[in-house]
Amino acid sequence: MTPVIQARALTKTYGELVAVDGIDFEVAPGESFGLLGPNGAGKSTSMRMIGAVSQRTSGELTVLGLDPDTHGPEIRSRLGVVPQEDNLDTELTVRDNLIVYGRYFGIPRPVCAARATELLDFAELADKAKVKVDELSGGMKRRLTIARALINEPAVLMLDEPTTGLDPQARHVLWDRLFRLKERGTTLVVTTHYMDEAEQLCDRLVVVDHGRIMAEGSPADLIRTYSTREVLELRFGSTRNAQMAVELADLVDRHEVLPDRVLLYADDGEAVLARVRDRGLDPTTSLVRRSSLEDVFLRLTGRSLIE
Amino acid sequence: MSADVRPPASGEVRARRRRLPSSIGALYAGNAGAVLGRALLATRSSTWMVVLSGFFEPVFYLLAMGYGLGTYIGDVEVAPGHTVPYAAYIAPALLAVSAMNGAVYDSTWNVFFKMHFGKLYQAMLATSIGPLDVALGEIGYALLRGAVYGVGFLTVMQVMGLNLSWTAVLALPALVLVAFAFASVGMAITSYMSTFQQMDWINFVMLPMFLFSATFYPLSVYPEAIQHVIMALPLWHAVELVRGLTTGAPGSAPWGHVAYFAVMIAFGITFTTRRLRALFLR
Repeated sequence: MTPVIQARALTKTYGELVAVDGIDFEVAPGESFGLLGPNGAGKSTSMRMIGAVSQRTSGELTVLGLDPDTHGPEIRSRLGVVPQEDNLDTELTVRDNLIVYGRYFGIPRPVCAARATELLDFAELADKAKVKVDELSGGMKRRLTIARALINEPAVLMLDEPTTGLDPQARHVLWDRLFRLKERGTTLVVTTHYMDEAEQLCDRLVVVDHGRIMAEGSPADLIRTYSTREVLELRFGSTRNAQMAVELADLVDRHEVLPDRVLLYADDGEAVLARVRDRGLDPTTSLVRRSSLEDVFLRLTGRSLIE
Repeated sequence: MSADVRPPASGEVRARRRRLPSSIGALYAGNAGAVLGRALLATRSSTWMVVLSGFFEPVFYLLAMGYGLGTYIGDVEVAPGHTVPYAAYIAPALLAVSAMNGAVYDSTWNVFFKMHFGKLYQAMLATSIGPLDVALGEIGYALLRGAVYGVGFLTVMQVMGLNLSWTAVLALPALVLVAFAFASVGMAITSYMSTFQQMDWINFVMLPMFLFSATFYPLSVYPEAIQHVIMALPLWHAVELVRGLTTGAPGSAPWGHVAYFAVMIAFGITFTTRRLRALFLR
């Protein structure tokens, strides 16, 4: 199948600053694709270029087979965009936000009205249809922004940090809605700096840092390639962590020292923990967990995703 | 179209676009109506006291100065051998001010808020709307507010018997033109402003222009050098144009003023579109 998005050596510079530094990726129809990286990695800039609201400096980019530099309006008419910061129309009601947004695409009013009704149900906002946007909670605003992005029945839904700033419960409600879209075959492009979000939503992702792609694959592939099955997390107190890490380094192939804890990478975390105890060391807390994308990122960049 | 299997949204946009030359295609989707429709819907939530006070301001000036002060002033000569009462002299000037105020309130402060705090244009330009659609829709709305103020004021004048000639009817299209010009330039200037301090400069310019544009007394009171400065100001052209029509003073040629406003409109729309594009589509 022809990819819906295709980027080759895609680059964006602002004066001296290189925001996106020659990235390559493709997104297939129906796929759920993620850009995972810390703040300032170039994710939003990439999204803006795909969304045809920012022109690339160099490289190639096609979205739905078209060049955003020359076919911006056509591309925008077939995308759904959920920006990082909500930009809902605070002067309008919840329902009018959807209808008016549909009108921007030139969709006839009766069609907008019918879709608005469906989308309010989908976003679980039907009982809020007549209230002003300011009266909604953060999670509701986010769901409304997603509903709004669907009013033109887009070929691709682009979500920039969809759950940043939401409480855990609101995040799960949102993930559930996005998962339904995924099941319906909507192509999703998601940026996030939350590894759990990337694991939940993305079939495939690229890890970006400083405008470059560090790795690419499914979440499971990336974890398999760049980390061990399990991770043993030990806390000895911030003053002792570094020293303890040196003493324990020979137990595993790889370890990391973070300000608050030591990470030991092993396929069997419990076994390593037993050997730590055999040496007479008693960490304040210990935890064996499965490897996550956080560990992949740490391995690739030497830094933690959320500092 | 029948072979087009895309969703209706994109199909329709494409159909509209085909009629346009490609150079303007990226700027204009032929859908300024959606932007105007949004503005009209949003008026429901506007603060009506503020909207009404904008209308009453020139009405109060007319009452205080036209009747209060006018009793002491008597008649004013608007053309050689053609005099009118003082109230009828300043009423058309205040009519022009009314249209200007309506257009400027909306195209400056309201646009500034939508641009920097509401992020409204950012949201619009992520759809198939182009910067020229936004410019035309928003300027169109500001123009409408100016025209509504103008019509209201013209009605007040009619009731008070201050429309001295049948040509006062032509003041209506003239007001639309004046409002259009002020709305276009107001939005263009606002689109380049990024701080409240800069916005205050607009007020700083508006007040003296209101007072000195031959609003309350004839241009002839000024020395010749100052007269040329006043005649370069847009409000002077608006006042002259409208005054000629409501007083029916002979010998006033409207076309120079009309051309002045046409240039303002072209300038305003061009720079607004450019600026919106530079801000949101780069």
